[in-house]
Amino acid sequence: MSIVLRGARPYGEAAVDLVIADGIIVEIVPEGTATGEVIDCTGLVALPGFVDLHTHLREPGREDAETVDSGSRAAALGGYTCVHAMANTSPVADTAGVVEQVWRLGERTGLVDVRPVGAVTVGLAGERMAEIGAMANSAAAVRVFSDDGKCVHDAALMRRALEYVKAFDGVVAQHAQEPRLTENAQMNEGILSGELGLTGWPAVAEEAIIARDVLLAQHVDSRLHVCHVSTAGSVEVIRWAKGRGVNVTAEVCPHHLILTEDLVASYDPLYKVNPPLRTAADVAALREALADGTIDAIATDHAPHPHEDKDCEWGAAAFGMLGLETAFSIAVKTMIEPGLLDWRGLADRMSVAPARIGRVREQGHDLTVGSIANIALVDPAATRVITSDGLASKSRNTPYASMELPGVVVHVLYGGNVTVLDGALA
Amino acid sequence: MKHLLSAADLDRDQVITILDTAAELASLTDRSVKKLPTLRGRTVVNLFFEDSTRTRISFEVAAKRLSADVINFAAKGSSVSKGESLKDTALTLEAMGADAVVIRHHLSGAPHRLATAGWIGGSVVNAGDGTHEHPTQALLDAFTMRRHLRSGTGDLEGVRVGIVGDVLHSRVARSNVLLLKTLGAHVTLVAPPTLLPLGVETWPCEVSYDIDEVLPRLDAIMMLRVQGERMHDAYFPSALEYSRLYGLDSARMSRLPDHAIILHPGPMNRGMEISADVADSPRALMVEQVANGVSVRMAVLYLLLGGMKENV
Repeated sequence: MSIVLRGARPYGEAAVDLVIADGIIVEIVPEGTATGEVIDCTGLVALPGFVDLHTHLREPGREDAETVDSGSRAAALGGYTCVHAMANTSPVADTAGVVEQVWRLGERTGLVDVRPVGAVTVGLAGERMAEIGAMANSAAAVRVFSDDGKCVHDAALMRRALEYVKAFDGVVAQHAQEPRLTENAQMNEGILSGELGLTGWPAVAEEAIIARDVLLAQHVDSRLHVCHVSTAGSVEVIRWAKGRGVNVTAEVCPHHLILTEDLVASYDPLYKVNPPLRTAADVAALREALADGTIDAIATDHAPHPHEDKDCEWGAAAFGMLGLETAFSIAVKTMIEPGLLDWRGLADRMSVAPARIGRVREQGHDLTVGSIANIALVDPAATRVITSDGLASKSRNTPYASMELPGVVVHVLYGGNVTVLDGALA
Repeated sequence: MKHLLSAADLDRDQVITILDTAAELASLTDRSVKKLPTLRGRTVVNLFFEDSTRTRISFEVAAKRLSADVINFAAKGSSVSKGESLKDTALTLEAMGADAVVIRHHLSGAPHRLATAGWIGGSVVNAGDGTHEHPTQALLDAFTMRRHLRSGTGDLEGVRVGIVGDVLHSRVARSNVLLLKTLGAHVTLVAPPTLLPLGVETWPCEVSYDIDEVLPRLDAIMMLRVQGERMHDAYFPSALEYSRLYGLDSARMSRLPDHAIILHPGPMNRGMEISADVADSPRALMVEQVANGVSVRMAVLYLLLGGMKENV
């Protein structure tokens, strides 16, 4: 029996009935004319299911913070139908065995497409290349490789990795952080870090690595992706590189689109994240870059941590914040409401572009007849107050607790199956 | 006011109240029985996550002279080294009924966190946190300057103070810049550019790279401790070069105005930032600073815990 998404508005346009059967959008007909199992989507905007290029699911190793199962639930509730599970687990996802394990756990949960990211170097140590080919050829078919959390700072190793992944159309996703410039770094380096006595994380430590890497990518004619771009200077470097035809893509995190460094003055580790919260000028530059396509995608950097790693002194706390269940709302608040992106633009930045960068063929399809039915149905008019207890993640480290945010994910279909119905897991 | 976390927490009147109270309490030191009953039955905890014998003893003496019960809690390690977390330590102290916690911590912001995270109900006094602040040191420095340069009353309007050395890593410098500004003094920070924080040009003070240019117009000069190991992180080429360019020796001391005083928060690196003959000269007030530290800390505890909360 087919599913009818009655009265849905694809990309916010005219209301229609979307008819889903066998995992595919089989018909798009005038509102109220289709028959089948009806899900009321009156007033809801239909978008292709979101694809996250940057998710920490913590399994294996830190199941106290998150598991593939709990992270998949958080992702589905956030409107996602695909997440890329970062490699900095324990053991590190640097072999075919680990990436296949994560991939199978994702298949078993079945709420989103879990695409493992493979480590670039063994143990993220930045010394020897991991078995990238084995991971690419495994059942997990890895295409994105990253030492995220650590920078591939050795220029020769970065060059080789960029070259090596060309064999299977892979991409190296760089965590751009010059390590010597950021030893013991705690927050954005600027006037405030000097006042607070917290060691600074200078913008140049990010920008210098990006500048080096875009030149390397051009030199070896390979594909580079830049993780969590956080500064106005990085935007300028990427814009320059794209202008020269370098095959570079970039992502920005929701928190870097809305939060600024002044929150650090509270010394509340909920605001401790890497790269750090920057200035209002950086936030404005990142929004503009996401709007004009210099930055290709929104990626959450969803980073769950157990409570004790945030309920402590700033310097003792872990870096990172939750993102999967709030990313869409932040995108609405920072990009849709100010008119920087329309719904098609948002669909591109949250689904089409990240699927293309990750080479996920089943995701990021346009909402047209014949496409795989990965669909998020969202209510742009509704608002909700975020609470740390009200999230599906095993962890509570959201920086948005008690904030009222626009945009609610109402229903989600993954491969034609309903994963979220009326804002709850189906 | 309930806590003392930053020198910026205090307005001019509050600082004057603390300094005046400290002056009154200082007279106690001259008596044979050096004790007041003011804080009898109150518990003050010295929570020290970092070795600092002089500051801990200073707070301990201050609390005891006010008849408070004092618990010294030397925390070995911290949540960083997988010992007991600050939160659990705080909950323990709360259960023991601590009225005030004096905290020294190697991480910036730890006192702020202790005061605001909802772990404890008592007052928190910052006794030095990381590279952030050390407000009671600034108070004792102001007390010492006022005594010598302003006959022990009022503020420090127009007093010219040079603070020389590792400003980047100095909580003493941060607190002094804030407090001296509040009291109307003019501060000049002197250091090589590598030992000044980014954005220092926005601080309420002047900045110079040249100690010799600054010396002749100072009323007080404060030499900061410079760790010799800093040269390993390339903050300067060698201890010798640092000493030559920024150290206070007798030649430089002779170019200070005659009335100018010399301060150092201790512990000193003789031969590094200050030469032995300067350190031992009568113009150097390090020993008096220690005595004034007790008086100022008595005043802070008295005003935070005693019957005069409305004044501070």
